[in-house]
Amino acid sequence: MHRTGALYGQFKTLEQQKDTATLGMWIFLVTEVMFFGGIMLAYTINRHTYFHAFAMGSNTLSLGLGGFNTVVLLASSFTMAMAVWSSQTSRKSLITLFLSLTILLGFVFFGVKYVEYAQKFHHHLVPGKSFDIFYCVNSPTKCEDIDAADMAKEKEELEVAAKADPDLNAHAQLYYSAYFGMTGLHALHMVIGAGLLFWLLKESVAGKFNAEWNNPVDIVGLYWHFVDIVWIYLFPLLYLIDRHK
Amino acid sequence: MSENEHTEHIVSPGMYLTIILTLLALTGITVFAAFIDLGRFNIVVALLIATVKATLVVLIFMHAKYAPERTKLVIIAGIFWLALLLFMTLSDYASRVDYRGVRYPMTQIISHTIEDRG
Repeated sequence: MHRTGALYGQFKTLEQQKDTATLGMWIFLVTEVMFFGGIMLAYTINRHTYFHAFAMGSNTLSLGLGGFNTVVLLASSFTMAMAVWSSQTSRKSLITLFLSLTILLGFVFFGVKYVEYAQKFHHHLVPGKSFDIFYCVNSPTKCEDIDAADMAKEKEELEVAAKADPDLNAHAQLYYSAYFGMTGLHALHMVIGAGLLFWLLKESVAGKFNAEWNNPVDIVGLYWHFVDIVWIYLFPLLYLIDRHK
Repeated sequence: MSENEHTEHIVSPGMYLTIILTLLALTGITVFAAFIDLGRFNIVVALLIATVKATLVVLIFMHAKYAPERTKLVIIAGIFWLALLLFMTLSDYASRVDYRGVRYPMTQIISHTIEDRG
């Protein structure tokens, strides 16, 4: 393909080239909106139908870890936006710095997610044969990471919920399927995003991005911010269903 | 042609900083609001705050505010299609009566949920 500087042959100007790339990325992001939208819709219907089980499941998540991850992901969106600004203003070493920070924050998110998932395996809260929402209440010695006050509260909530919903365990399993499905797909998007960020990092170290050519930084930025938006919705939907009890 | 003369708008770091601080403050507010008993409006408040946050990210971090009209049209069309999906499916579930003449459980369980929670 014929290329003059940063301008590919099929475009008249750099602006046209940039607008075309941005438009294409947005069309892709709209398909992603429909993808996550459909999943959240299914979640909403189940949540309304089995409210007690979903509220109970939500309260067994760690608000501290979820909230911390929300802050981490928002911060990574900020560093990504700054990487885009650095490339638009040709600050080459800053591009590398901000891309590295974005990757770092992404990995902090993965680390926290690992701790959360491990906890759920430990507490028998992973959908499947051994799923048991009553596990920690019935065998508290095996869940020593939950302190006594939280355990007492959980026991009380479980008793109320089990009265309201006789099939609580099955429906709580549905909540946890939604939890792992939605956070898992979100994490998969982040893994893809992190892969793209590593590629950008390599290119930026080679000094390829400047005010004229920064489309890849901009486009990956759009993707990263979209993944952040998905989490902006997942956090209240999954962690904050029924916290006020 | 005017679109060819369109020059790239560069958002300043100060603006990005303002937005990230607002997003963090809104995250605090959404957690705080979740601990207040608003009955069925807890979810409404949570989704409202999330939508404000998402709008800020789209407009500023994703530069939609400074994008050409046709890009804005794609974004708005996407939101419109999502609204169609949510509205039509949920209104179907909320009003459905099955072949036995029984209402879909959603409405029944919603009503007893609200009674339980006073």
